[in-house]
Amino acid sequence: MQKRTKILLILIGVLPVSMCIAAGVGAYQILPWRIPEILFFKKDGFAVLVHVRFPRVILSAVVGAMLAISGATLQGIFRNPLADPGLIGVTAGAGLGATIWIVLIGGGALGIWGLPVAAFACGMLVTVSVWKIAEGEGKVSTLTLLLAGIALNSFAGAGIGLMTFLADDEQLRSLTFWLLGGFGGATWQVVFVTLPIAAIGLLVLSRQAAALNAMSLGESEAYHLGVSTETLKRWSIFGVALTVGAAVSAAGGIGFVGLVVPHLLRLLGGADHRYVLPGSAVGGAILLVLADLFSRTVVVPAELPVGIVTAFIGGPFFLWLLLRFKREVLL
Amino acid sequence: MVKLENVGYQIGKQWLVRNINVTIENGALWGLVGPNGAGKSTLLRLISGELLPTTGEVRIFGKPIQSYPPKELARIRAYLQQKRDINFPFTSLEVALFGRHPYLNGTKETVDDVSIAKGALQRVEANMFEERLYPTLSGGEASRVDVARILTQAPDLFLLDEPTNHLDPRYQVRILNLCKTICSRGKTVITAIHDLNLASMCADQLLLLKDGVSVASGPPQTVLTLELLSEVYNIPFDVLPHPDGHLWVMPTVDLS
Repeated sequence: MQKRTKILLILIGVLPVSMCIAAGVGAYQILPWRIPEILFFKKDGFAVLVHVRFPRVILSAVVGAMLAISGATLQGIFRNPLADPGLIGVTAGAGLGATIWIVLIGGGALGIWGLPVAAFACGMLVTVSVWKIAEGEGKVSTLTLLLAGIALNSFAGAGIGLMTFLADDEQLRSLTFWLLGGFGGATWQVVFVTLPIAAIGLLVLSRQAAALNAMSLGESEAYHLGVSTETLKRWSIFGVALTVGAAVSAAGGIGFVGLVVPHLLRLLGGADHRYVLPGSAVGGAILLVLADLFSRTVVVPAELPVGIVTAFIGGPFFLWLLLRFKREVLL
Repeated sequence: MVKLENVGYQIGKQWLVRNINVTIENGALWGLVGPNGAGKSTLLRLISGELLPTTGEVRIFGKPIQSYPPKELARIRAYLQQKRDINFPFTSLEVALFGRHPYLNGTKETVDDVSIAKGALQRVEANMFEERLYPTLSGGEASRVDVARILTQAPDLFLLDEPTNHLDPRYQVRILNLCKTICSRGKTVITAIHDLNLASMCADQLLLLKDGVSVASGPPQTVLTLELLSEVYNIPFDVLPHPDGHLWVMPTVDLS
């Protein structure tokens, strides 16, 4: 069996195990191997599992998968291993939408859906603007896409800053918590809205893998190898905007997953996107399930925003990568 | 057969290439020569379909180039570019396998694809580093892997932009011999080339360009003349017959 197939199979095996462990650990402890029994006979702990732990664990897995595969895709499109899913403005845009909602409109309108819908819509709006700016004569320049993304990111950042300035104490607290990301608000409703978006996004993105391989030679080489580069870019940006928009709306801004996970996969089994994309999806899911487990158990009874956990793990890990591999031109 | 009719390409107000009329027969090895910025690469990119001409038309095997869908075109022509950089840890074999992309049926390469890629690496003596990561290769090694990639693509028309760059004399000759072999099998090679002696040695036909305009075209003996070369490059040249029959071309250096 090929090494990459093995890695993928191991990851696919680890994911349910980590999800079961995460579902078991908490204020009310449940041993992972007792989960089937509890579910089947509706024993003690059934309510905790089904209503609290499962939606949370599933949502963190789905969000992790979306962020990581988006990171891998954008790194492929920009041919730069340091690209991050936030680059095309969707994260900052969604953040702006959420903060505007919290500060100017307030929680009541549209019930629990107000905030995620505002975040998603604003994230899409910013990404579409980035795309439109980069579009000219039927072609989209990757470099302009990158630069427009950076420009609109800082613009959205300024907007978030302004909202922070205008916010009162209570708003500031929920705003900060939202911007740092977390799964405290995970319910089945959120899961059921996020899942179909994730399914579409993951399907769209994973279909770009072979073309992304050709793209790593350069855009015109990819064209010479028969890739319709405009179609590739359009679908990739669409998929990334969709998945990252949904991820941020569901769980706030969680950094580093999209950057670090594809790197890890490349380190383990090479750069072929047909392996890196699915591998990142599963790896990102595992990472975020464990990060969320850590974030809600480390300072009990309080909860650490999961974005802090991923940044604490991700930052040093990334530095280690840089130092360890800087000589091997991998970065 | 490649046919260029009145091909011109304009960016802003500047014509990079203008009024090019050439017919390139199957099985011929054409060299594009001329000073830096003469339009050699632009012309190659026009023939490849990457750029669409502002005026005129490029026809490949009788059909206008823009009538081919990208994937079909990629099975007909391959393009070797000058600059290359890959930032991801792909192995040499994987890079060579990219050449099979236009033939992918589904997402995975077949066993045949892999053996075609391995054969191509062998032909350019790159098989000994097929498992090494492409970004760690030297310039010359990477060049050979790139050549293997377009061999793997198995097109009828090879477009090469300075294929001998970064190569030592031994590999320069090997690559040009490879071009000869390709042509002897009825495939066509069009290559931009700076080294006039290599051009004179290997090309069947030359197209001499200056400022985007064709100055002369024909067999090397008729193109590499004292008058034409001095006019195009703006320095004096010596042109001598080599014992083998081709021409020896040397710029006359005045170091005093």
